[in-house]
Amino acid sequence: MSVLTGNFNTGDHSVTEAARRRRFGPIYSRNVRAVVARGLMATKSSNWMVMASGFFEPVLYLISMGVGLGAIVGSVQGPGGQEISYAAYIAPALLAVSAMNGAVYDSTWNVFFKMNFAKLYQGMLYTSLGPLDVAMGEIFLALLRGAMYATGFTAVMGLMGLITTPWAILMIPASVLIAFGFASFGMGITSFMKTFQQMDWINFIMLPMFLFSATFYPLSVYPQAVQWLIQAMPLWHGVELLRQISVGVFTPATAVHIGYYLVMIALGVLLTTSRLGKLFLK
Amino acid sequence: MRVSELASKESRVSSASDAAPQYVITAENLTKRYGDVTAVDGISFRVPAGEAFGLLGPNGAGKSTTMKMIGGVSQRTSGSLDIMGLDPEQHGPEVRAHLGVVPQQDNLDEELKVRDNLLVYGRYFGLPTSYLKPKADELLEFAQLTDKANSKVDALSGGMKRRLTIARSLINEPRILLLDEPTTGLDPQARHILWDRLFRLKEQGVTLILTTHYMDEAEQLCDRLIVVDKGKIMAEGSPASLIREYSTREVLELRFGSERNASVGAELGGIGERVETLPDRVLIYAHDGEAALEQVTARGLRPVTSLVRRSSLEDVFLRLTGRSLVD
Repeated sequence: MSVLTGNFNTGDHSVTEAARRRRFGPIYSRNVRAVVARGLMATKSSNWMVMASGFFEPVLYLISMGVGLGAIVGSVQGPGGQEISYAAYIAPALLAVSAMNGAVYDSTWNVFFKMNFAKLYQGMLYTSLGPLDVAMGEIFLALLRGAMYATGFTAVMGLMGLITTPWAILMIPASVLIAFGFASFGMGITSFMKTFQQMDWINFIMLPMFLFSATFYPLSVYPQAVQWLIQAMPLWHGVELLRQISVGVFTPATAVHIGYYLVMIALGVLLTTSRLGKLFLK
Repeated sequence: MRVSELASKESRVSSASDAAPQYVITAENLTKRYGDVTAVDGISFRVPAGEAFGLLGPNGAGKSTTMKMIGGVSQRTSGSLDIMGLDPEQHGPEVRAHLGVVPQQDNLDEELKVRDNLLVYGRYFGLPTSYLKPKADELLEFAQLTDKANSKVDALSGGMKRRLTIARSLINEPRILLLDEPTTGLDPQARHILWDRLFRLKEQGVTLILTTHYMDEAEQLCDRLIVVDKGKIMAEGSPASLIREYSTREVLELRFGSERNASVGAELGGIGERVETLPDRVLIYAHDGEAALEQVTARGLRPVTSLVRRSSLEDVFLRLTGRSLVD
């Protein structure tokens, strides 16, 4: 073994030299795939119960509220004015909520923990990875997981007979769009957080958004001023977008919902990128 | 920096021995403030290629902060820093491609197995798997962890984790190795093995930057060192020259019993070059310790125990940074 004979660092350096001669940016080394590969490898050994809970949470809501509450509610009016079951009405909303929750969890708590407690990023950032590689890798992993959950949930909707149009398959990419919006913002916001108490504020915003964003009943029950407030919030756009897709009814509002998320992603990426130094380099 | 420039820089570095020294690290007036706290206060130093350079100092002296700035993971408040021709703040990934880092606290990937830690870390440097697989096995051998290759990181002892962290830092065959208290938590056997490995790396031209609390380690490994206290450089030189400059050749340690040390210490004036009274003993710094002991007994003072020893870097360190605890 060359180590033991002392010839440890001699010999052919062409591989390591080649790795040094790549083109690098100031905060980016074009190596997002290494961060993604690490995430996938870690998933193999991670707790599958935790992974599974992300899938089951919206399913349990769907069964209890959709089937249970739905028995009392009966059918309601869908986006196109047609009558649909209450379960079919709330299912896309629950999918939007789960896309939001997963993305926010991954980009806030998960990042905060890996930064401050697991010291994972400190290790990564002592290599030729830059903060942008790490941030993009983490967001990509969050979206990959979100896409898996969305696929599973859409399949459950299909099994429960809640899907009536092939358009519904588009809920999967739309969920990823929603998740991207929240993840890109979440990571930027995490850069401002210093303690666990501050991290709790995030839940304080998420819970009311979940409950009031026309998730379980239409927006029309609210007075006009409250409607405007909710329409300004991102989750409502996600709920409406998925609800429209689920029945295959598209209106000019569809474009507004998609546009809302495109702007949110752009602003979130801008915020996160500008805060990467604060987040990763102390 | 473009590829061609980098290549020319490397050829200059590798021919450093026959020309004027090539500095791989140049720090000028390096300063880091966290709010009101000044962790590093305008320090300047240069490290030529292939040198083993030590940063000595008490806790909170600014050693780790300096290491982080060299790695470009902490942004300086002012001053300039040049690592192999690059500013780590502007070229973090490119600078770190040349570095191997052993941080003060192990930050191994607890979610991955031992061998996977090495493979994944190598991928962060953009190294191909065909290179990494044999390299990881070689480094596991180096760290004497071959039979732990498929264990979880949590299952390793503190010393094993330390060895794995050190092995991991070598995955990219670094030009500069940053070691922040590398042997803290290692048993004496492991420390000596590590020193041997570090010597070999140095022989192969790797520049070593080392912080340590262990003076014997600094004396063993460092060609040159700086003593840092409260963010400032207190002294700079080789271990031998620092001992010459800041201490005497020998030290006489006398114990008179804890009640009497202070009063007897006052009577020892004039013996040796300097007398230091501590709660548990009195130290006399002298060129010739035995002669100093004769002078003490000639004054009719009878210590309970006496010991003559060579001056060490520890004497220099304590003289420069004081004996009181900083934090």
